[in-house]
Amino acid sequence: MSALTQQTLPAITPKLRLAVFKFASCDGCQLSLLDCEDELVTIASAVEIAYFLEATSKVELGPYDIALVEGSITTPHDARRIQDVRRQSKLLVTIGACATSGGIQALRNWADHGDFLRCVYARPDYIETLATSTAIADHVPVDFELRGCPINRYQLVEVLQSLAAGRRPQTATYSVCLDCKRRGTVCVTVAQGIPCLGPITQSGCGAICPSYDRGCYGCFGPAAQPNCNSLSDHLIKTGTASAALVPLLRNYNAAAPAFRAESDRLERAEASIASEIDRVKDAH
Amino acid sequence: MKEIRTIKVDALSRVEGEGGLHVRLQGDTVEEVRLSIYEPPRFFEAFLQGRPLTEVPDIVARICGICPVAYQMSCVHALERALEITIRPEVRRLRRLLYCGEWIESHGLHIHLLHAPDFFGCNSGLELVERCRDEFQRGLRIKKHGNELLEMLGGRAIHPVNVAVGGFYRAPRRVDVERLIPDFEWGLEAAVEMTRWVAEFDFPNFERDYEMVSLSHPDEYPMNEGRIVSTSGLSIDVNEYEEHFEERQVEHSTALHSVRKEDGSCYFVGPLARVNLNFDRLSPRARQVADEIGFSVPCLNPFKTIIARGLEVVHAYEEALDILRTYRPFSPSRTELRLKAGEGCAATEAPRGLIYHRFAVNDDGKVTFAKIVPPTSQNQGQIEDDLREWISAILNEKEEQMALDCERLIRCYDPCISCSTHFLKLTVDRNAAIAPPGRP
Repeated sequence: MSALTQQTLPAITPKLRLAVFKFASCDGCQLSLLDCEDELVTIASAVEIAYFLEATSKVELGPYDIALVEGSITTPHDARRIQDVRRQSKLLVTIGACATSGGIQALRNWADHGDFLRCVYARPDYIETLATSTAIADHVPVDFELRGCPINRYQLVEVLQSLAAGRRPQTATYSVCLDCKRRGTVCVTVAQGIPCLGPITQSGCGAICPSYDRGCYGCFGPAAQPNCNSLSDHLIKTGTASAALVPLLRNYNAAAPAFRAESDRLERAEASIASEIDRVKDAH
Repeated sequence: MKEIRTIKVDALSRVEGEGGLHVRLQGDTVEEVRLSIYEPPRFFEAFLQGRPLTEVPDIVARICGICPVAYQMSCVHALERALEITIRPEVRRLRRLLYCGEWIESHGLHIHLLHAPDFFGCNSGLELVERCRDEFQRGLRIKKHGNELLEMLGGRAIHPVNVAVGGFYRAPRRVDVERLIPDFEWGLEAAVEMTRWVAEFDFPNFERDYEMVSLSHPDEYPMNEGRIVSTSGLSIDVNEYEEHFEERQVEHSTALHSVRKEDGSCYFVGPLARVNLNFDRLSPRARQVADEIGFSVPCLNPFKTIIARGLEVVHAYEEALDILRTYRPFSPSRTELRLKAGEGCAATEAPRGLIYHRFAVNDDGKVTFAKIVPPTSQNQGQIEDDLREWISAILNEKEEQMALDCERLIRCYDPCISCSTHFLKLTVDRNAAIAPPGRP
């Protein structure tokens, strides 16, 4: 090509180089990218998939423009690997409950890790894991967090489009309650007395559970400024056992600070009531 | 001294989850094959203990984002046996419908995005678009139908919310069910075309004398119930599973390996096992397509599993259509639970093969014991055994090509590593003045 033609051609914006990394997880959130059946070919033409083991055998080295990180940190090796991912990535976006709060596997944070290992593996000494499951942000700075167990694929498309356009992605931080009102779903807590985490859980799923006659179980983690205490009080007053609220708060976002604090508070309250009962029994 | 070579694949691609392969050769002898699964363990069996049994379908879904329905279906049947409750026939039919959705979605994904690229020398489904745009787009539409069915009945495709012990939280509305019919009518024909397409692929000449294992039911193609049967004549009740199959821990893997208890031998589960053992119960259209493309059983070539997946997609569409067309809403949508202490097990057919669950519960409705055996941990030993023979056939290739060919064979099994860890990385070691693996 002559020097002249080069000058007259408009500058071509290079495609963003996208990498997808997996840590401890179920693969569901990265699958959400492949589940964008209608958008998949368009996305692939807008970004260059440089590293995505589940989808392609082509492996390109970093640096990457956007790294999507799925999963939580549960092994010493992964704690080192996330540092390397961060160094190679301009923007690091965590996707899903595992990456943003430690996931269901963070239940080990409340248990004796050795017991867990012995429960699943006959030779625990072959297995190298950490005693905790932690969010990516506990290890490296994160540029954007996309919540959900699993993430909402339309939110993922919004994130990729926004970042490609150089603007901050917009995802709602209000609670699931607003989505129920929009859908016209009758409140399952008010009408049926079903315990529901909707008031303290971030929007994003589309308020699916109440539309199937069950309470929200918190897949998208705590909404902005959640009043967990007040919700627990209401549910306990209307007949839910406080002991039943602990597992409800302690599932896919168990280690998200607001949910963790509330489940711990309820558990402490239970324990102090139990010890009070024991004391009274002993006195008699 | 004979030349020692190693073949390594550090991170297998186009499989679900993380694993590698390590092969060590001395001259022309395959000294060792290790399918190493380094996916970090997540301890589901441990933290299920003490949880309310009603939460189990939601929790076990999280073992795998690709086949959450398989986990949900297996656990609800096991828990219903523990509680000794029976489910309504309508629930049974809808559970089959939900499984049809997952088979269509998961097989659609594997055929087009993970496996077909191997037959065209492509790195990914997205590269395949350049070669076979129409076939690929058709595949995405098929996959989408699976997801739409899961969304209608389950609330969402990944980790559905509507599955409950005893039934469903809410029976779907007839209008929502019937809305899917036109797409599924188109999809059935598309699935037939897809199966004709994959049947023309160039398959390596590789057959083995497998023991194939699957569920089998006298009246239907197996999904949610049946006896466990094998091509070696095994026929047992699901309750007897643990007397005949056993999980063993191996040093190079965070997944447990399942073997036949009698002799420690490996076995083969998945679509090809199901088709071989239940060919006459495939839907009429699936059998017609099989005849037309000259597919007959027994088929012992693992590379042809892609055809078995195609036939199962045809079957799933045909069966789903039948259920969609005849659906009537019903109430209550689930059998009421009467809590009591008990134990129950169940096996169902995940897209990747037989999956087994056993739970014990106490009087408070809390789980006291959980055992989960996913398909990939059952296939893992068989994959290693296949690789030993496959590598002997490709010894003259360069290491790089050998590694690629090994990955191709592994992909036939559609291993789901996330599942098995409770999966997969390839290292080939041809330089073994080396201590035994794992003990450097």
